[in-house]
Amino acid sequence: MEHRFESVEAVREGLKSVNYLADDAIAGTAFLADRLQKPILVEGPAGTGKTQLAQSVAEMTGARLIRLQCYEGLDESKALYEWNYKKQLLRIQSEGDETNWEDIQDDIFSNEFLLERPLLEAIRSEDPVVLLIDEVDRVEVETEALLLELLSEYQVSIPELGTLKANQIPMVFLTSNNTRELSEALKRRCLFLHLDYPEMEREKEIVLTKVPDITVNLADQIARIVRSIRQLELKKAPSVSETIDWARTLILLGIEQISEKDATDTANILLKYRSDIEKVVKEFSSNTKAHFEAPAS
Amino acid sequence: MTDLAESNGSTPEPAVSALFELLEGFVMDLRAAGLPVSLSENIDAASAVRHIPLEDRSAFKYALAATLVKNQAHWRTFETLFEVYFSLRGSEYALDGDGNDPFGDADLDDENQPPGEGGEGQGGGEGLTPEELAEMLFQALMKGDDPLVRAISKQAVKRYAGMEPGRPVGGTYYLYRTLRNLDLDGLLERLMEQAKENADGGLSPLEERLERDEFDDRIEKLKKEIEAEIRRRLVADRGAEAMAKTLRKPLPEDVDFMHASREEMANLRRAIYPLTRKLAVRLARKRRHGRKGPLDFRNTVRHSLSYGGVPAELKFRYPRPSKPEIIVIADISGSVAAFARFTLHLVYAISGQFSKVRAFVFIDGLDEVTHLFEGCDDIAEAVHRVNTEADVVWVDGHSDYGHAFEVFWDKYGHEVNSKSTVLVLGDARNNYHAAQAWIMKEIEQKSRKLFWLNPEPKAYWNTGDSIVGEYGVHCDGVFEVRNLRQLEKFVDNLA
Repeated sequence: MEHRFESVEAVREGLKSVNYLADDAIAGTAFLADRLQKPILVEGPAGTGKTQLAQSVAEMTGARLIRLQCYEGLDESKALYEWNYKKQLLRIQSEGDETNWEDIQDDIFSNEFLLERPLLEAIRSEDPVVLLIDEVDRVEVETEALLLELLSEYQVSIPELGTLKANQIPMVFLTSNNTRELSEALKRRCLFLHLDYPEMEREKEIVLTKVPDITVNLADQIARIVRSIRQLELKKAPSVSETIDWARTLILLGIEQISEKDATDTANILLKYRSDIEKVVKEFSSNTKAHFEAPAS
Repeated sequence: MTDLAESNGSTPEPAVSALFELLEGFVMDLRAAGLPVSLSENIDAASAVRHIPLEDRSAFKYALAATLVKNQAHWRTFETLFEVYFSLRGSEYALDGDGNDPFGDADLDDENQPPGEGGEGQGGGEGLTPEELAEMLFQALMKGDDPLVRAISKQAVKRYAGMEPGRPVGGTYYLYRTLRNLDLDGLLERLMEQAKENADGGLSPLEERLERDEFDDRIEKLKKEIEAEIRRRLVADRGAEAMAKTLRKPLPEDVDFMHASREEMANLRRAIYPLTRKLAVRLARKRRHGRKGPLDFRNTVRHSLSYGGVPAELKFRYPRPSKPEIIVIADISGSVAAFARFTLHLVYAISGQFSKVRAFVFIDGLDEVTHLFEGCDDIAEAVHRVNTEADVVWVDGHSDYGHAFEVFWDKYGHEVNSKSTVLVLGDARNNYHAAQAWIMKEIEQKSRKLFWLNPEPKAYWNTGDSIVGEYGVHCDGVFEVRNLRQLEKFVDNLA
């Protein structure tokens, strides 16, 4: 089996070429996932680039991205495969009396009547694919079991057809917002990557890459303000995508140096709860955090 | 672990087998610290490190993390242990100075030296006076010069911590000694003054705030450097296994409410929000699943069309079971206050899962605090107001469960009905007042369920002035709830 990546450094460079700034953990884990042929479970708060990571890896390796969006009530027929029973019915009805049942049975349970769903599609694909199983924490614990065979053996067993092995080992990403604890069985099969809000320097770089016309000075200011906001106890801290939105907004408004007024006026881009906005406005305008009296200036 | 290396098809070189031995000890200690590392994960880690260039310490760390740590809450434990096992431990860290390094034979010692060490490193700062060192630190923090900060923290530990080989003192003691000598609060003040001087025309509140956060961040990094330095020296003195044992801290979900340090409290507060979200999702799901509602006739007929009119697939409506009403009666006197705060926070955060939540707090008097939570977005804020605004002192401000229950029964007793689940939070240390346990009996009879949550270890129940047994006989359940894990489990079973 050929490896996709030469080294950790190569992963980082490759991701950078598609505008995704990876830190040590991201690049290292992606590299290992390829070498060990294991899926990556990406966990972290919303809007930190979990889904984007899978998309970027697909783009960088030139693979097709197959995405399975998880939701409550997802089942085998939506995730793995389904028999096209209407077509099977037609096939049976179109036969005369003379054909024997054995033949029909063999026929209607063949590939022609199999509807591929994302997971099966991913392992049957001839060309390289990246499989993204998005928000896996939304399915019930029992449904997780559907994924286990695929994740550890890269195969799918269909009772009528036998076991379908993967034509190539896809890169698999699972994302989770951590709304519930995933089962041990699932976690054991995956490499674990926690994506948190980026360090200030990295966030600045991200803003610089994603927002073309921005000045270094403004990006620096944005990153610093966002870092300060995240230190407050908020209902929902601003995500990276919200930081980027905010940067774009500031550009559109023609702001080059953020004043308190600009910050509080546009806080609704960063924060989505009224109480959070109020808190931030209060914190930033009064500077109540001071430990000592500021000398009159 | 050496077997493993062989089964991978190559004869292990001595260095590799030493590494595997180290790795095995590391995994044992992770398990001892409470991380559930399975055998297959252990094997994954062993094969992962074969793909990573060992001289790249950061890649090595993330390789182990990706394979061994599957829960973000365990990250800190992992990181600390990693530092202990795989950090720099050249002979220069030995405390007695003659280079007697217990791990001298392991090949990991001399991995990468921190950058920037060349100039300022070990001997560099010896000749400085304390004032010069402080000035250097100030300049380094002002500029954000990380290598210099690292070098200074080394020097500071050497100078101020007073570490001696074999001294049976923990790392916190040395940390305290070092930090006391560096006077970080004063330093922050000076940094801010300097920043103000540097800026033309002064700083606006926003800018000042940002500057302060930046310096806070740098000082935080300095503290981490010092801590790491102390740890390295301790490891060199005592060996990794012994160190790992002393560093073992409970995971956030296992921290005892009643004995949490300030830092642990902060961690708990951060842990509670994701926990409530998880609980809410889980409860909502539980409500919908497991039971089926009545037959949905329309839907069944519609689906029967794909089967030629035969209703082969029955469809049911979503069940809508009634939600319980929760009444919380919490002791908020000193020792159990933290526990009451967390439980109130948790119950209100998932109040959507209950038809109504009412909260009462008491010490020796009792007051209703439901209104503080209503129409308030910020639960943390409301919990804080409970502590300051509730009128809970009747005579002397020592817990009097008997009187508090009496007040509750007189004023609100008639509102307890067959839909209410009553939770009493407290250690039942009644200061030898009258118990009035009959009220518990009355409440139990009128309510749907009555539970008592006690933050004390079970072994202490009914000792001294604790009379939890007297109340407990009337309750539907008395639970020991000392940490988040137990609290989560209880609430999970509640709805």
